[in-house]
Amino acid sequence: MDLLSKFYFNYSKIIKTIKIYLLLAGPGLIVMIADNDAGGITTYAATGAKFGYSLIWFLVLLGPVAYFIQEMTVRLGAVTKHGHAEAIFSAFGPFWGWFSLLDLTLVNWLTIITEFIGMTAALSIFGIPPVITVIIVIIVMFGIVLSGRYWTWEKITMAFCLVNLIYIPAAFLVHPSVADVLRVGLIPNFPGGFNGTLFFFMMANIGTTIAPWMIFFQQSAVVDKQMKEKDIPWGKFDTMIGALFTIVVAVFVIIVTGTLLYGMDIESAAQAVHVIMGTHQWVGTLVAIGLFDAGFLGAICIALTSSWAFGEVFGWAHSLNYKVKEAFWFYIFFFFGLITAGGVVLIPGAPLVLITLFVQVVAVTLLPAALVFLIILLNNEEIMGKYKNTLFDNAANITIVVFIIILSTLYGLSTVFPNLFG
Amino acid sequence: MTARERFAGGRMGNFIRDFTGKISSINQRYEKPKIKLSRGAKLALLFLEIYLIVLVALLAYRFWTIIHGGT
Repeated sequence: MDLLSKFYFNYSKIIKTIKIYLLLAGPGLIVMIADNDAGGITTYAATGAKFGYSLIWFLVLLGPVAYFIQEMTVRLGAVTKHGHAEAIFSAFGPFWGWFSLLDLTLVNWLTIITEFIGMTAALSIFGIPPVITVIIVIIVMFGIVLSGRYWTWEKITMAFCLVNLIYIPAAFLVHPSVADVLRVGLIPNFPGGFNGTLFFFMMANIGTTIAPWMIFFQQSAVVDKQMKEKDIPWGKFDTMIGALFTIVVAVFVIIVTGTLLYGMDIESAAQAVHVIMGTHQWVGTLVAIGLFDAGFLGAICIALTSSWAFGEVFGWAHSLNYKVKEAFWFYIFFFFGLITAGGVVLIPGAPLVLITLFVQVVAVTLLPAALVFLIILLNNEEIMGKYKNTLFDNAANITIVVFIIILSTLYGLSTVFPNLFG
Repeated sequence: MTARERFAGGRMGNFIRDFTGKISSINQRYEKPKIKLSRGAKLALLFLEIYLIVLVALLAYRFWTIIHGGT
């Protein structure tokens, strides 16, 4: 009887913990999974095709890197109740504020274009014309965002996050050798030696794992969700689960393309889908659905990031808890970004490849600044009080930030100067 | 100019005035940074400025070589 009551007590405790987590889950999970956007899936697909399973270990290492950066935004948002854009204006003045806000808006808008490229390419596999895809996507996003409640938006978006896991069944369908995945993938190695191509791919994977919009998004989402200091441990846990998910998805994309396309040069996820469709129709279908979902999640989150940032700085009502008439400019900005980005994809002969490359270049002008501001703010006792960075936080975060700044800069430069690494 | 054009022009003028006024008020609101920066923070911001200047110079150089027929 005693054993039974103990079991029931523990069971109730676990259920209660899960319920609390489900209430507080959201920003961390969404930002991390949306990070596997159309560009991210393309990078993982190309990495798997080029190097097989060899770089899985590297992606596994990027999980903690993403976690350490993003958990800082949880603390900053919960303590200050301000988004990152407003925090930069407030702490560093108008010069750095405008620089960050305008750079963020530009890089976000360009990234949304790449999300639409991914979505239209994915659905074109099923014979759906790009114009129909763009219209339907914008209407669905209207529907989700105009619910007038942050909670509703968050839970619907989390359902889309679950679709991102579609790469797991896709990987099982290609019957990879588990022994090979573990042996080749998890033991650190540099396939073909540490050369320029390998370095470029490693930098590209870092570039997709940490993007500037993620910092702004999660902090604003934490504020919109009205998380408080006492919720920080849950916010960190949510971010950790998100980081785990993002790496799991990335690894399974690599397993799919590493098994089916090994040795091929893949330039886009859509190209990978086309090739896979030729031999494994079901796998190709799953990958296409995953690519669409990745673009969808990326577009809705990134467009919101810009709206939140502008709303914070311009003093507009800027919460998903408001109806359209209460936060008119917030919603107008959101849809203007989406509609114009979707429109660009439909322009015949639009320089889409150039736009994709340009995203990486513009991102390297913003990412270092956003990271440096984050570290400075998290070390300020006036702002953070007892939640400021500890010595361990700083040792980990500063090392990661320096590492990311160097590699993302080299990545951006290698896009502009293609012969930089031979 | 028709009455409709005058009306549209007037509205556009008001919008631009409101917008520039808003930007000025944002600049005033955040004119003085609200936190005291440590020496390390000031150094990091200086590094950031130099980084951005070098980066923009490199990108401008690349743009210049492309429009002058480089690869």
